[in-house]
Amino acid sequence: MIYLQLFYTFFKIGLLGFGGGYGMLSLIQFEIVERYQWLSVNQFTDIVAISQATPGPIGINSATFVGFSVAGIGGAITATFAVVLPSFILMYVLIKIFNRYKDNHYVKSIMSVMQYVVIGLIASAAVMLISEETFGKGFSNIFAWVILLVAFVAMRFSKISPILLILIGGVVGWLFL
Amino acid sequence: MKPTYRQLAFTFLKIGAFTFGGGYAMISLIENELVVKNRWLDSDTFYDYLSIAQMSPGILAVNIAILMGNLFFGKKGAVLCVIATCLPAFVAILSIAIFFVQFRDNTIVDKIFKGIRPIVVALIAIPIFSLCKKASINIATAIIPIAIVVFVVFLKISPVYIILISIIIAIVKAKYRHNSSKRD
Repeated sequence: MIYLQLFYTFFKIGLLGFGGGYGMLSLIQFEIVERYQWLSVNQFTDIVAISQATPGPIGINSATFVGFSVAGIGGAITATFAVVLPSFILMYVLIKIFNRYKDNHYVKSIMSVMQYVVIGLIASAAVMLISEETFGKGFSNIFAWVILLVAFVAMRFSKISPILLILIGGVVGWLFL
Repeated sequence: MKPTYRQLAFTFLKIGAFTFGGGYAMISLIENELVVKNRWLDSDTFYDYLSIAQMSPGILAVNIAILMGNLFFGKKGAVLCVIATCLPAFVAILSIAIFFVQFRDNTIVDKIFKGIRPIVVALIAIPIFSLCKKASINIATAIIPIAIVVFVVFLKISPVYIILISIIIAIVKAKYRHNSSKRD
C-alpha cells in the first residue's frame, strides 16, 4: 500500500513538476509534508540542504531520500522510478509533435503563463520552509533570521557557492547554536 | 559522429555526478560534453532538443537524457542514459540516508542542521529574482505569484490544482485571443 502511495505521489510530481528543481519543491513539500506527513518540515529542509551538497538533480535526490525514509530501499527505488517515468511518456509525445506545435498558440500561452506560476511556486516553497521549528516560537529566533539574511545577501551580491554557504551554516550551527 | 553505448553512459554518469542541486547550471555542462568536447551533435540540434526538455514538466536532466539516448540508440539508449543520470544521485543519497537515520538524534548533527536550515530558505529564494527579470514582471503580473503563495501557503491548496488550473486558464486565454484576432 505504501509503495502504491509513493508511486502515485512521485508520478504526480514528475508529471506536473514545471520549472525545474526549485519549481518542483513546493509540489514535493506539499504532498510529502502537508498531505501524507511522511516527513516534518525540518526533515524536509534537511533533505533540500543535503540535495544541494550531493550530486544529482534535486528531484531525484528528494525522491530517493523520501522513498527511503518512508519504506526503505524498496521505497527509494519506487519513488525514483515513479518520478522519472512521466518524463519518458512526455518526451516521446513531445518529440513527435514538437515541430508541428512549437509555434502553436496554446503551447505558447501555457509556457507564458507558467513562467509566472513557477515564480509563485518557488516563493511558496521558500515561505513554507519558514517554520516555527526553525525560526522559533512566534518566529522570534533572531539568530535564524540573521543567518537567513546574511546568506541571502551573500548569494545575491557575490558568486559564493551554495555548497560553501551550507558548510559555513553547519559550522556556525555547531559552534553557536 | 555517433557515440558508443559505453561513451554515452559514461557521459551521463558524469553529468549526474557533477550537477549539484540541479537546474540551469547543468545545461552548460551537458552542452560542453555533447556538443563541444565530443561533437556528437551540432549546437542547433542541441538547442532544439533543449527547448523540448525545458517546455516539459519533469526533471530537466532526465528529460535531456531521454532525448539524447533516444537520438543515438532509440528507447534502449533512453533507458540507459536515464539510469546513468540518476545513479550517482541515488547512490549518494542512499548512503547519506542510511547514515542520517542513525545520527538524526545526535546533538551535534542537530546543531549543524539548525545552522543550515535558514540558509536553505535563502537558497530557494535567490532564483526568484532572475526569474522575475526573465519574465519581465510588472505590478499587474506580480499578482499571479503573490496569489499563488497565498493559495499554497496560507489556504493550503495543493500546487497540483494550481498547475492544472493555470494550464486551463492559459488554454482559454489562447482560444479567446485566437478567436478575437480572427474576427479582426
